[in-house]
Amino acid sequence: MQTDNRPLSPHLQIYRLPLTAITSILHRISGAALVLGTLVLTYWLVAAAGGPESYATAQAVLGNFLVQLLMFAWTYAVFYHMCNGIRHLFWDAGHGFDLTTARNTGLVAFAAAGVLTVLAWIIVFSA
Amino acid sequence: MAFRSPIKEARGLGAAHHGVGHWWAQRVTAIALVPLLLWFVVGVAAHSSADYAQAVAWIGSPVNAVLMILSVAVAFYHGSLGVQVILEDYVDSEGLLVTLDVLQKFVAVVFAAAGIFAVLKIAFGG
Repeated sequence: MQTDNRPLSPHLQIYRLPLTAITSILHRISGAALVLGTLVLTYWLVAAAGGPESYATAQAVLGNFLVQLLMFAWTYAVFYHMCNGIRHLFWDAGHGFDLTTARNTGLVAFAAAGVLTVLAWIIVFSA
Repeated sequence: MAFRSPIKEARGLGAAHHGVGHWWAQRVTAIALVPLLLWFVVGVAAHSSADYAQAVAWIGSPVNAVLMILSVAVAFYHGSLGVQVILEDYVDSEGLLVTLDVLQKFVAVVFAAAGIFAVLKIAFGG
């Protein structure tokens, strides 16, 4: 009896996730990252409310190169989560479930998030 | 013929015991966040190198203050709903799950309140 080509359950370390699975887990990861981002937003608002000195400290902290890299990642996370979230809303309404459409809308979410991130940082650097 | 008994209507909460309330709130806040986020990212990007006076003037103007308060409130609500789902998926122990979920809700409410108070303080010239 041949048993070596039975389907196996996905072993996450060697199984290549399909694109729809990658978009799904990235939705969760970006969402969790954005929750941490909202804490930083609160810090920025409270610092601004605290007066010129605390605001200057916050601008110095947030202007740090590593924090700026984090901000860039957060910008992509926010737009990815938004674009992929819109994809989820269409699914909730019963549209876009067939494999080709689900794959294509996933690619569109990645691309649209990239374009929106670049646009946002063009605004940052021209401000 | 209806095979479902009336008790389904009476309870209406399904296997998770909380019906569609969480699911629906997550969707409604998601929709609200789309325009709020676009306003927020453009506004913060445009004021990323603002000095104190410019930043306070931007946050404190009536329209921006209202949009910022809404952004903070809706973002923390939506985020808290999401963290709840993540905890429900990965935390096996019921006691630990309830503890962590209550804790994350407290943190969300405290940070949201602090953020909203900060905007009000700026807007009313504190």
